Amino acid sequence: MKKLAIMVLAAVLAFAAASPCRAADTIKIGAILAVTGPASNLGAPEARTLEMLVDDMNAKGGISGKKIQLIMKDSASSPEKAVSFAKQLIEEEKVFAIIGPSTSGETMAIKNIAEEGKTILLSCAAAEVIVNPVAAHVFKVAPKDSFAVDMIFEQMKKMKISKIGVLSSNTGFGKAGKEQVEKRAPGHGIQIVASEVYDKAATDLTAEVTKMKSANVQAILNWSIEPAQAIVIKNARQIGFKGPIFQSHGFGNIKYAEAAGPAAEGVIFPASRLLIADSLPKNNPQKAVLIKYKKDYELKCHGEECSTFGGHAYDALMILARAIKEKGFDRAAVRSAIENMKGFVGTAGIFNFSPSDHNGLDMKAFEMLTVRHGKFAPLSK
Amino acid sequence: MASKYSQIILFSLLIAGIQVLTHVTDSSYHLTQLTMTAYYSLLVIGLCMLIGYAGQISIGHAGFFAIGGYISAFLTTHDFSAQKGLPIVGFLVKTGIMTRRPDLYGGDLLTVHPWTACILAVCTALLIAFVIGGPVLKLRGHYLAMATLGFGIIIYRIVLGTTLLGAADGITDVPAFGLPGGIEVSGKGAGRIANYYIAWGTVVAGMTLLVNLIHSRVGRALTAIHGAEDAADAMGIDTADYKLRIFVLSAGYAALAGVLLTHYNGGIGPSEASVIKSVRYVSIVAIGGMASLWGALIMSLLLNYLSLRGSFGTFDDAVFGAILILIMLFAPEGLLRKQIIGDVKALFGRSAGRGEDQ
Amino acid sequence: MNLELLFQYIVAGITYGTIYAVVAIGFNIIYNATGIINFAQGEFVMLGGMTAVTLSGFLPLPAAILGAVIITMMIGGLVEIVFIRWLKSPSVLRMIIITIGLSIVIREVALHIWGEGVRALPYFSGTSVSSINLWGVFISPQVLWVIGISSVMVFFLSLFFNYTLTGRQMRACAANRDAARLCGINAGNMVTLSFMLSAAIGALGGCIVSPITYVQYDSGTPLAIKGFTVAILGGLGNSTAAVAAGMILGILESFSIWVLPAAYKDVVSITILLAILFIRPSGIFGDAEAARLKEY
Repeated sequence: MKKLAIMVLAAVLAFAAASPCRAADTIKIGAILAVTGPASNLGAPEARTLEMLVDDMNAKGGISGKKIQLIMKDSASSPEKAVSFAKQLIEEEKVFAIIGPSTSGETMAIKNIAEEGKTILLSCAAAEVIVNPVAAHVFKVAPKDSFAVDMIFEQMKKMKISKIGVLSSNTGFGKAGKEQVEKRAPGHGIQIVASEVYDKAATDLTAEVTKMKSANVQAILNWSIEPAQAIVIKNARQIGFKGPIFQSHGFGNIKYAEAAGPAAEGVIFPASRLLIADSLPKNNPQKAVLIKYKKDYELKCHGEECSTFGGHAYDALMILARAIKEKGFDRAAVRSAIENMKGFVGTAGIFNFSPSDHNGLDMKAFEMLTVRHGKFAPLSK
Repeated sequence: MASKYSQIILFSLLIAGIQVLTHVTDSSYHLTQLTMTAYYSLLVIGLCMLIGYAGQISIGHAGFFAIGGYISAFLTTHDFSAQKGLPIVGFLVKTGIMTRRPDLYGGDLLTVHPWTACILAVCTALLIAFVIGGPVLKLRGHYLAMATLGFGIIIYRIVLGTTLLGAADGITDVPAFGLPGGIEVSGKGAGRIANYYIAWGTVVAGMTLLVNLIHSRVGRALTAIHGAEDAADAMGIDTADYKLRIFVLSAGYAALAGVLLTHYNGGIGPSEASVIKSVRYVSIVAIGGMASLWGALIMSLLLNYLSLRGSFGTFDDAVFGAILILIMLFAPEGLLRKQIIGDVKALFGRSAGRGEDQ
Repeated sequence: MNLELLFQYIVAGITYGTIYAVVAIGFNIIYNATGIINFAQGEFVMLGGMTAVTLSGFLPLPAAILGAVIITMMIGGLVEIVFIRWLKSPSVLRMIIITIGLSIVIREVALHIWGEGVRALPYFSGTSVSSINLWGVFISPQVLWVIGISSVMVFFLSLFFNYTLTGRQMRACAANRDAARLCGINAGNMVTLSFMLSAAIGALGGCIVSPITYVQYDSGTPLAIKGFTVAILGGLGNSTAAVAAGMILGILESFSIWVLPAAYKDVVSITILLAILFIRPSGIFGDAEAARLKEY
């Protein structure tokens, strides 16, 4: 027993002594992302994007002469791990800023920690409550769900749809979307006739879409970010549902359209212009940024298609980089630079921050897209 | 014999020593992960008692942790203002069981006092364990494993699917848990050292209780049950009763750990109820030595600490899975039993035959 | 609810049910030969699907499926030889823990090989929108493939176990290992064979359902749990009962969304599992006496 005690003591001593050395010419940026686990289709592209960007930027000399040391932590969507890593990054590594987390639940778990530790937090998650109430150091780069919902409802009104069925997954994204949908439907004159929440790992949703069809809905709205999105479409078309199918901006990865095959034709959803970067008009302010990101990501990730989720990580890092370039390495100055940043062209849209708006995106960030011949295309008016 | 307490005292000195060390090397940030580790260790020692001494496997113990944490989180964050008018609510407010506190937006919340919430949470866990323990513990082998697994999954599905409990986002903004003397269980930086000692103090207290139990009549009965259940039965030991008692006790430990960690972290998420967590706890008990409380505790300290620091990177789950396989293949009695230490020494030294004193 | 709707639900239930039954049969084969519940069974299904998708990148579909089944079979055999075989009479507890550990490790390895994305084989006939209209009920042709291939598989398995020498040897080992040894049967090889067979079945199952359900690195575990529920429901070791039990569970789950939100679908199957374990662990079709006497 005594020997054990000594062994453990020695181990702890080793850890205590092994505090990472801080070279004066690097800037530490932390990242807490859900690389593995239930939200891996968010976190893994985000992680790859960050690594790709940091490598690129360091090859060109870093930010304002200092190389970036990216400290990436895999939280696997666990809030308790996020808490532990946040404290570790802030207190031990003393990072300049933290990018992430990927999900809203984790972000809320560390919001107060980041604020107390006066460390800039650029979250890639979408929940309203991350920036409302505003915390001085906490920002989010993902667009508001309510904008997406409003755009969908406007489109439905144009198509004279008034009775819909809503399907959502049991993830944070699905839950938040469902809330917004239910809140805003009456305002647009849309009636939700049937509503089902399914498990994110569901492999067959025939029973659920059958219920919708039997309730005679005119359209089905599905709100989720995982592969089940493709399953919903397939099952709906297989049982002969002919009405339009709407998806959330979580559909923003061509893999889902491919996975659903011909069933995905005609699906309507709001998304960032990243997905149709190639077909944007030349004078679109976002076009250059989007095409470059798309090309770099696909090159780096062996042909894997880029997605809007990876784009959030891009936006977060580039916003931080721009603020540092403007104001140097003083945290308070950088924080206020971000807070007052206007006209930042990102993948999710054009950001205009303000002290009361730590999200910076408006409805123009979204564009209504559809799937035509297996590819994303703008929904022509 | 004072020896059963000497280990506890040594351990307490180790804990204090670690804290002083971090203070001296100006690395107090380690205390965060160490505090979280303490709470997980509380669950692990309870589980070790169940698996090692009562011989009942449980791959669903994260469920009890979640019951404790979620009930406490829910009661201390849910705004009961809507029920303000009810006379019972008025009575609860007067006796201090319910309190008012400010919320995120500057408004007013009517929630349950953390102490009451804690007691309710742990009692609920004990009750549930008592109720399902009866039928579950009648099962053996695979059936027992699957029943406990099923229990863990049901809890996970319930917390994941229920909007009131935050669904996938979990519950956040859980207030601090005030203790007498002005200290509180919370994640704030200022209370770091105090929280460290509270956490490990709880573990030491829990350990003392278990050590006492082992050296008492109950412990001897358990050893008999573990050794040969039918023989123990024949000797008149009420095996079912003892197994149930230990099951309920281990559930209580898990729930208490859940409550305290939730207040420390300021929140809880469905990930705390997941199967992978339950498996993790089992693998820690396995590597520490199924029937060795100290082994389980030391291993929990080490492995949970490393995991919380992200030392295993994206292989976090794989590490625990690999531990399970390797331990079961090569050292089913665990790593830290006395014999292994003797073996290692024999390997490195020439004094193989002389045995060692510990 | 009209008749059409009823049938649509039943068809949905049969779809899930067949998938679960295939996994359950895999459990039963290993259980019969060794008394072990292989928690990694779901991972065999996942590996079969993933490997097939990778192979289909440069092989025609039938060859890709065959290749995936063979590769997974080899992996199954390897698992048995490396992790199970050289343990002398391990306790049940130890086996449970080892297979749980295996399930986790295989899953994480799959994550690092294939990444987190979903994959699917192309539909065997038709596309994702084709559906056959049978008396007002819409069925995807792939569902018919799943039911068809599963039935053929069950048929051939029963032929194997009843009429071939190897099959009967495996049954002998299952009934009484020592007696089988005395008859000159190499029990150790039978065990390896059972793992390989189980893995092959699981892999085939994974291939045929992947167009409908997609495979992802973590799709193995939920399947294993459902599969185990079905195996116990039917009575551990009884594969025909597993098919029936699979249908029952699938249909119950399918209809459950009329009374419970779909998010609680899993709670339904677990509750059924617990109920069976508490009330009648030998399963609906199992023999309580025989279950108690089975020894390893």
